[in-house]
Amino acid sequence: MDTINLIIDNKPIVVKKGTTILEAASSIGVQVPTLCHMKLDDLNIENKPGGCRVCVVEVEGRRNLAPACCTDVHEGMVVNSHSIRAINARRTVMELILSDHPADCLICAKSGDCELQDMAQQLGIRKIHYPGEQSHYREDTSPAIIREIDKCIMCRRCEMMCNEVQTVGVLSAINRGFDSVVSPAFEMNLDHSECTYCGQCVAVCPTGALTEVDDTGKVIRALSDPAKTVIVQTAPAVRAALGEEFEMEPGTLVTGKLVSALRRLRFDHVFDTDFAADLTIMEEGTELLNRLGKHLAGDKDVKLPILTSCCPAWVKFFEHQFPEMKEIPSTARSPQQMFGSIAKTYFAEKLGVERENLVVVSIMPCVAKKYECGRDEFKVNGNPDVDHVITTRELAALIKLSNIDFKTLPNEDFDNPLGESTGAGVIFGTTGGVIEAAVRTAYEIHTKKELPRLDFDELRGMDGIREATIDFDGLPIKIGIAHGLGNARKLLEDIQAGKSEFHAIEIMSCPGGCIGGGGQPYHHGNAEILKKRQMAIYQEDKNKTLRKSHENPHIIKLYEEFLGEPMSEKAHHLLHTEYFDRTE
Amino acid sequence: MPEIKLSENTIQLIKDICFEFENKESELINVLHRVQGKLGYLPAEVQEVIAKELKTGVAKVYGVVTFYSFFTMIPQGEFPISICMGTACYVRGAEQVLAEFKRQLKVEVGESTGDGKFSINCLRCVGACGLAPVVTVGEKVFGRVAPSQVKQIIAEYREGRNSEDVKTA
Repeated sequence: MDTINLIIDNKPIVVKKGTTILEAASSIGVQVPTLCHMKLDDLNIENKPGGCRVCVVEVEGRRNLAPACCTDVHEGMVVNSHSIRAINARRTVMELILSDHPADCLICAKSGDCELQDMAQQLGIRKIHYPGEQSHYREDTSPAIIREIDKCIMCRRCEMMCNEVQTVGVLSAINRGFDSVVSPAFEMNLDHSECTYCGQCVAVCPTGALTEVDDTGKVIRALSDPAKTVIVQTAPAVRAALGEEFEMEPGTLVTGKLVSALRRLRFDHVFDTDFAADLTIMEEGTELLNRLGKHLAGDKDVKLPILTSCCPAWVKFFEHQFPEMKEIPSTARSPQQMFGSIAKTYFAEKLGVERENLVVVSIMPCVAKKYECGRDEFKVNGNPDVDHVITTRELAALIKLSNIDFKTLPNEDFDNPLGESTGAGVIFGTTGGVIEAAVRTAYEIHTKKELPRLDFDELRGMDGIREATIDFDGLPIKIGIAHGLGNARKLLEDIQAGKSEFHAIEIMSCPGGCIGGGGQPYHHGNAEILKKRQMAIYQEDKNKTLRKSHENPHIIKLYEEFLGEPMSEKAHHLLHTEYFDRTE
Repeated sequence: MPEIKLSENTIQLIKDICFEFENKESELINVLHRVQGKLGYLPAEVQEVIAKELKTGVAKVYGVVTFYSFFTMIPQGEFPISICMGTACYVRGAEQVLAEFKRQLKVEVGESTGDGKFSINCLRCVGACGLAPVVTVGEKVFGRVAPSQVKQIIAEYREGRNSEDVKTA
């Protein structure tokens, strides 16, 4: 293996050929500041346009300063990361960036969590010597994402996520020089574009240029309206990440504190989307077995593979990009929407409350869920099944606003009946989890035997595309998993070309699945955080007494009392949906 | 932006050009160049067809169109006039020449005259700095242009004396 000897800040080191100065420096504890650069290890995601020039370092014998993030080391290189020249250049670059940035940090949505703000502090910027021209763009609001482009610093992370990782291709740098900015085509609004609202642009934006629509005000108003019964559901990935907003270690499970906080916020009933995830498995698992049975019996009209349909960004993606395949995904609604539908029928009846007076709030790791709950097919006479969606980040803000000391809260349990869940519902929060949950139930229904094991390690992990064959007592079931829409596209193109051999495919739009959702606490480019959240999800699954959806007693009761059986007419009406061609 | 419905023929023309370049995304600039050569400009609807054919985002196509000043989304006049604003031309009075064109034709840079005959654009250097200031009409180059000659240049085209030399870019 080729190695390179060099010196960084007086310390000699040996690194592999092809290492950048930034990586080499980091390996010996020299933290060269960066702004546009971002790397998510293990997910093959990297942004290094070398655009911001904050990471410049002095290299002996080189005329100009070198951008550390995109300069490879070479033999005998001598690097000074904090020479006066490097520091001055860095500060000048930073002042120039700040000279065209609104100085409204005190009231900015990103304040305290802003990489630009942190960098200005780290570099000790106290005065901007370049009062120059300022850009003024109109704000672009959509059902899920707000673009405040005056705050864009052209790091182009969002463009990289939207094009290379997600292959959605909605955002691109346009115009040139001072006028250049990241925008949809023809400067149209996001809601006129093919944007899926996956929110990965928001997840990586270093400033307040891209943020989620803030719906906390609507939730506060609903909670203070005495005429309304307000209930809440929380998605599985929220409990594995919320603690980070309160300086807890990434990967800390805060399920009990989360429930306790929601009760203090005065929600009338604190429920769990995991319950609806169990319900999803009953419907989707049954649909899988039905389709599989017909397919094996030789029915040519039955299309396989079946694709999961829990993720609203994924649904919007195939509606725009692969409308001719809209018959392939499962017709099962997402857990969020199943919850809303059951809450406003079954549960509203139990309470004796009109659906108009029952407000359903979702806590989601996701910004696309804000868009999903507004889709017309999820409304009855204009009243949505889910009224408001707030992200993990917004919930943290709401908890802080309500004077709750989160860290000292006691652990409490969810309410019944829509709060009971199994481990299968919990693992919906990570890539691989939905299909593992489906396997646990489909196996037992199909074989009428008890599963010999519950942990399917072959379905777990962080690789972008994974495949495994699970033995259904002599029947080999081929399973594919993709997270990130670019990976999903690859599997879809295989299906289009007739090359796919899978029976079932799980797709989640966000890298890592919902744990890496666009509404989660910002990871600031640290992929370790995603892995810790994933471990927390599997830990929660292990902690559960019940780990198979079909064993959830309240799900069994729901079918007995209300739905009949999976895929019944009533279940079809309340828990399934259809998809639309959005290319017109 | 007014919506333009492209004719089947135009769509086919664009598809053929993309196909000539093997529908490669890396050939985007060449495709845009060729299509603008045929149509005179690149309206949104044209960019959408190109994006689809090259399997790339329409935002990317728009990004390239707005990056290069050569590409335009506005229909050009029958006789597109370009005034060079490169350093040599600028110091030798290109700005006054441009002002005179704008005054005579009563249009701004990037616009076309109402009769569709003329449009004005600025460009940077045609590689004939010795002839500064330089004006091009279509592919014909005029050197050492003085503001006093502007009226005459326009008249030549308006009366059709020079029109056979001109191919719209």
